Amino acid sequence: MAVIKPFKLDEVREALTGLGVSGMTVTEVKGFGRQKGQTEIYRGAEYSTNMVPKVKVEVACADDVADRVVEAVQAAANTGAIGDGKIFVLDLGAAVRIRTGETDETAL
Amino acid sequence: MGIVTGAGMRKILGIAAGTAAAATLLYAAPALAQGAASAPAAPAPVADKGDTAWMMVSAALVLMMSVPGLALFYGGLVRAKNMLSVLMQVLVIVAVASLVWVCWGYSLAFTGGSPFIGGLSKAFLRGVDATTLAATFSNGVYIPEYAYIAFQMTFACITPALIVGAFAERVKFTPLILFTVAWLTIVYFPVAHMVWYWAGPDFLPTQPGDWGYLYGKGALDFAGGTVVHINAGVAGLVGCLVIGPRLGYKKEPMPPHSLVMTMIGASLLWVGWFGFNAGSNLEANGVAALAFVNTYVATAAAAAAWAVIEQVVHKKPSLLGAATGAVAGLVAITPASGFAHPMTAVLLGLVVSPVCFFFVTTVKNRFGYDDTLDVFGVHCVGGIVGAIGTGIVADPALGGQGFFDYTVKPAVTGVYDMGAQLVTQVEAVLITLVWSGLVSAALFILLDKTIGLRPTADVEAEGLDINEHGERAYNL
Repeated sequence: MAVIKPFKLDEVREALTGLGVSGMTVTEVKGFGRQKGQTEIYRGAEYSTNMVPKVKVEVACADDVADRVVEAVQAAANTGAIGDGKIFVLDLGAAVRIRTGETDETAL
Repeated sequence: MGIVTGAGMRKILGIAAGTAAAATLLYAAPALAQGAASAPAAPAPVADKGDTAWMMVSAALVLMMSVPGLALFYGGLVRAKNMLSVLMQVLVIVAVASLVWVCWGYSLAFTGGSPFIGGLSKAFLRGVDATTLAATFSNGVYIPEYAYIAFQMTFACITPALIVGAFAERVKFTPLILFTVAWLTIVYFPVAHMVWYWAGPDFLPTQPGDWGYLYGKGALDFAGGTVVHINAGVAGLVGCLVIGPRLGYKKEPMPPHSLVMTMIGASLLWVGWFGFNAGSNLEANGVAALAFVNTYVATAAAAAAWAVIEQVVHKKPSLLGAATGAVAGLVAITPASGFAHPMTAVLLGLVVSPVCFFFVTTVKNRFGYDDTLDVFGVHCVGGIVGAIGTGIVADPALGGQGFFDYTVKPAVTGVYDMGAQLVTQVEAVLITLVWSGLVSAALFILLDKTIGLRPTADVEAEGLDINEHGERAYNL
């Protein structure tokens, strides 16, 4: 699972499909980390938005490619600026393909 | 039937002694009863087809300013939970104001009676038919009375609709509609009568004093700076003061939910305003074209000026700023549109944006009132800049149109005295501010103490759309 800058989504997708990752789930999210929020001004009314728009990408993969997936996301989503986001690696208990009932790695 | 015995109206071709807009025609009922036309000396005037077509197109353009123009302009600026409440308020105000207009509004505004309000002789459009005529600003030139009624109806619709922006997101629907009916009757029709009613160029010489109070004073208001914008702007201000600020005002962010909608609305306002201003000439002629050009360039100047101000003050020019500047420019040029030279119209546009910017940012923040969509800061303040500016830019010495003296027939160009004109303009502004301000305050307080103007805190927090109207703007 990775939280990245929205405009980096296409590069991340391309990097992951290049690794053979066959699917991902993307969600538009807001949040904050070390990156400061932005200031919006509407006719003199100033609002500092401390929640910054990000994209959350969720990818399920086999254990043996997990490291390469993390590297690929880290490389593709990197701009070198604060606010590039984070990657979290979680263990999955099980996976099932709904159409066929296949499980685990064959379901990915 | 259809003999014109009187007529009224507003602005003029070249200059006007008064403001613009309204014409009236006295219906010759006695003549009908006698079964014969009681012989006017000259042949009965016939409405010009070009003028007639222009007035109907202009009326439709002004309606488009309200729906959807103003509705979207306002709607985009509120939070998503209140979007439909604003659209609904504007739509139903337009509907109700139209009905009030044909029932008694037209008669109260544009028949003779007293200098302060007309009579009820044309209530329910009695005596009006397809052959009756309304005067223009030229001797011997008329338009169908129905065209005039339709054109003026759209002004009576947009003016109360403007008010709702001042207390958007926190007003109950039904009391607002009751306010609209009362406000039109007690405030709008009298002010329209005072500024725009006169007997017409062919009748004033023989009916001296048959005019509205401010028209008779010589106040210049081509298309409604006082009647529409100052009138609505000050009513909005007192409304937001009586109702109070929104829950969480200045404590939580309340950003506009869709500036895209606001951009669409502002653009429709600009286009529709050509009907508002150039249509107020009542004739499709050179002065209408002048008003058209002025409406175009004053708006352009004001939009650009607001963007420059924001670039300097905030380092970023915003779309909302430029759109707000455009509306401020439209407001300011409204009373001057048929009087100014295009270059002084540009100056007016350049002046109005910094003034309005100061009011919607510094003044509003300093005093803390929650004029949600800046009805006061843009419409009232911009209207005052325009009304006073009109006294300057109308001067023929500055390329302006001056005014016509209609007390003689044919009308002649009057002698322009800028100092005296400015005094008259200020007087018109003050009368409008005081009358609209006081009566509006009384009406708002009365409604607040009886049926209540403000929804409960829970309703306001959850949003007016779901609670007042039972629907949501966006079901995604």
